[in-house]
Amino acid sequence: MATSTRFGARQTTVRRTAARRTTAESPALTRTQELWLFACAALTLLPDAEHAPVWLSVAFGAALAWRIALWWRRAALPSRWLLAFLVAAGSVGIFLTYRQFFGKDPGIALLILFLALKLLEMRRVRDGLAVIFLCYFLLLTHFLNAQGIGVAGFTLAALVLVTAALASLGHSGRRATEHLRLAALMLAQATPFMLVLFLLFPRVQGPLWGMPADAYSGMSGLSDSMSPGSISKLSLSSEIAFRVKFEGDIPPKPALYWRGPVLSHYDGNTWRAGTRERKVSLQDTAPEQAFRYAVTLEPHNKHWLFALEMPVTLPPDAILLQDYQLLSKTPVRSRIRYEMQSRIDFRTGAEESTASLQRYLNLPANNPRTRALAAQWRRELATDEAVIRRMLDYFRQERFFYTLNPPLLDENGIDQFLFETRRGFCEHFASAFVFTMRAAGVPARIVTGYQGGEQNPVDGYLIVRQSDAHAWAEAWLGDRGWVRIDPTAAIAPSRIEAGLASAMPAGEPLPFLVRADLSWLRAIRFRWEAVSNTWNQWVLGYDPQRQREMLSRLGMHDPDWKAMTAVMATLCGFLLLGLTFWALHKRIRIDPTLRAWNRLSRKLARIDLARRAWEGPTDYAQRVAHAHPELSQSMETIAALYIALRYGKLDGKAELQRLRELITNLEIIAAQ
Amino acid sequence: MQAAASFKRWLFRLYGPEVAPIVLTQRRVYVLPTQAGLAFAAALGFMLIGAINYNLSLGYALTFLLAGLGLVTLLHTFRNLVQLEIAPGHVEPVFAGDTARFGLQLHNRRNQGRFAISLQVEGGSTVATDAPANASTSVDLPLVTHRRGWLRPGRVTLASRFPLCLVRAWSYVEPDMRCLVYPRPEQSAPPLPLSASGESGGSRNGQGTEDFSGLRTHQPADSPRHVAWKAVARGQQLLTKQFTGASTTQVWLDWNALPPDLGAEARLSRLTRWLLDAHAQGLAYGLRLPTREIPLGQGARHFQDCLEALALHGD
Repeated sequence: MATSTRFGARQTTVRRTAARRTTAESPALTRTQELWLFACAALTLLPDAEHAPVWLSVAFGAALAWRIALWWRRAALPSRWLLAFLVAAGSVGIFLTYRQFFGKDPGIALLILFLALKLLEMRRVRDGLAVIFLCYFLLLTHFLNAQGIGVAGFTLAALVLVTAALASLGHSGRRATEHLRLAALMLAQATPFMLVLFLLFPRVQGPLWGMPADAYSGMSGLSDSMSPGSISKLSLSSEIAFRVKFEGDIPPKPALYWRGPVLSHYDGNTWRAGTRERKVSLQDTAPEQAFRYAVTLEPHNKHWLFALEMPVTLPPDAILLQDYQLLSKTPVRSRIRYEMQSRIDFRTGAEESTASLQRYLNLPANNPRTRALAAQWRRELATDEAVIRRMLDYFRQERFFYTLNPPLLDENGIDQFLFETRRGFCEHFASAFVFTMRAAGVPARIVTGYQGGEQNPVDGYLIVRQSDAHAWAEAWLGDRGWVRIDPTAAIAPSRIEAGLASAMPAGEPLPFLVRADLSWLRAIRFRWEAVSNTWNQWVLGYDPQRQREMLSRLGMHDPDWKAMTAVMATLCGFLLLGLTFWALHKRIRIDPTLRAWNRLSRKLARIDLARRAWEGPTDYAQRVAHAHPELSQSMETIAALYIALRYGKLDGKAELQRLRELITNLEIIAAQ
Repeated sequence: MQAAASFKRWLFRLYGPEVAPIVLTQRRVYVLPTQAGLAFAAALGFMLIGAINYNLSLGYALTFLLAGLGLVTLLHTFRNLVQLEIAPGHVEPVFAGDTARFGLQLHNRRNQGRFAISLQVEGGSTVATDAPANASTSVDLPLVTHRRGWLRPGRVTLASRFPLCLVRAWSYVEPDMRCLVYPRPEQSAPPLPLSASGESGGSRNGQGTEDFSGLRTHQPADSPRHVAWKAVARGQQLLTKQFTGASTTQVWLDWNALPPDLGAEARLSRLTRWLLDAHAQGLAYGLRLPTREIPLGQGARHFQDCLEALALHGD
């Protein structure tokens, strides 16, 4: 026999020909594979339950439960007509919910619908693959809602499960743990590729086309108008508005006024932005006194940027309005980072013209009692400064309360507030103050923004939350220009010095994390927020600009997309090469018993009695004994010893040694 | 067509039967994405567009991780096949029209198993198997036979999509093996030409069924009635009792005695049928072909010699 194999081995004849014969058509799914796919779909859609319309979540859950029941009872899948009806019903439902099919949310809803229907009609492996690819895509859509560390961890876990399910489609016979281990190994091996591509893939600033209107729903923050209650509502949220990293010292807390929208037009209830005039020149006379800092702003889908009062430089792609409102040219729809300089003693507005000041005196014709009070003060007092002082004294001396739950006000809201209810939040005080000033002939306007912030001792970032939202006033005082006056400071000075929590009477419903008494919780929160800040800065904030910074720090000078692609391709090539070495690297450890046995076959090959590949030890020994009767005794012993060592319980060095000796001492007479 | 075939021979290094053991070296294992792999790539393209459009940093990360997974699975599928050793195994002769089974030995010398390897002889159906770590696996590749004579399986395709179905790795081997195909026995042949033989009642030392004359090694075709069970009970190997008898019927299966209008293959087919009948009835028979004559005889060895002569007639 020509087949002299040195590799004797266990004969594991696998005869699955009938069961695993593949036809031209994709093979049918096994029951285990179907279970894998159910698990994938369920886990992938778990986070969608929070964002998708309730009816769709319920419908998907019902479809999955129905499909699992069919699986359990081994019943036939629903007919094509029923599925067509369900597609139509689902599509109508989605259209009625969103009034369109294009856009982020309807798109996700349609994907969920497709997944449900695919589950109900999957029969073959090809359908299973479609389910897997849909799951991969749906995992991506979760990032539209959140991209925190938790979401990333969840996605990674789901990814292992979905990939294991994909592996189960490739081989139905292996155990679940084997699929999971293989999926984890492959994803681990894919991670270096991911890092290289993440760092070096030339980033493009999206969007690629006009976004549907609903793309940025659900972002919170200040709005471009202020009516009673708008800021107190925002104050209940402990979400982060922005983070600030100062290069040097942090200014004292009472100076931390973060300027946002400036409101100068009042219609009797709501304050709105006034001027759209752009300030052309911005010069700083004493840049050495400026605070330097970088702001990382959370997306709020509006144009304005926040800066410490008063900004003396402009970030790129930003403009400054005449009233020192800082605006981005595009709405802030993703987390951005900008460098700023501000001077807290900077004076503005000394050059305002009479015409432009007129708009800061306009008032609607309501609130007669306030107007009367203002007119009285104007008559009694000589200067504008005196009127302002009188107003602040009025706040201090009358029994005014600072509260998050002020009573509702009617159309003469300021009269009511000043003379009757006397309970309000910062927007009530600012609004009443500006109204009274204007009625007394002092130009004034509302400034909204944030006041204060909290330093994270872990990474030194100053964190400004929505609960720090604030409204204050500015009055124009001739040669002093615009002067900031915060009426809230008059009524609740601790709000400015120590934050909202200390200014509120006990029992007010404050955001959980803003409360002062939970210090251990605050320590944990600081640590967590430092970690997620790093995550935001380096993972989520990795945009074209960060990429350029990062790459030039790594030694690529002025990298363009060609250079990045070249480096990326080279690194991926090296990684592939490494993996190829891994694939070709043989890890062979032949059992010593087997090695001795193979030596016997080589020895007997000299007399044309090499072991045939399919021949077991007993058959082989018999064949040799038949051809050479003088060897029958030793062959029988050798075969018995080999069987005992390799398949039996016998496991000893001495026996192995004896087998080797027997084989060595086997005398072969070649001549015949 | 001719050029395409020779290009394929050159591309896939097909140079005729190979000496065993055949090792699938890295230069002869090919990988290409499957349809599912292309669909996966398309899905990744859409995911990348989504990530760019909505500025999803983690969307980029997910897409790139899956792209890396695609590259990794390329290597895994390649590795599932590369360095596999193939040796020809056992092939039993069959009658034309039956399915020949080409035994193939897969030696996996690695400490990791190989999974879902599909094998196919050109024109035959596909067989899938796993090859466990450090072990040999036997696979029988079926191929329906049509003509008598030697049948070579030709090119065997080994392919695998393990683990993720996204990539197909494959290799062609041409193991040196052949299957002897006997002529197809005629379905409604005339009965054995006992009278036509004219030589019945011949030699006295011919084998029969009456007088015990000795023992010889048992062969699979021997009747179990003739096994020397007493010898088996003593622990010896299987032996067959041999008998002689004057009453043994003898028959000559003669090519020239067949009707003259019968074609060559039809003659072989009829002779095969008669041969099977004569063997089954325990007759002594001889075979006369235009090129060869096999004298009267009995037993499995003789039976196989005759079948082989019929199968290879004219070769």
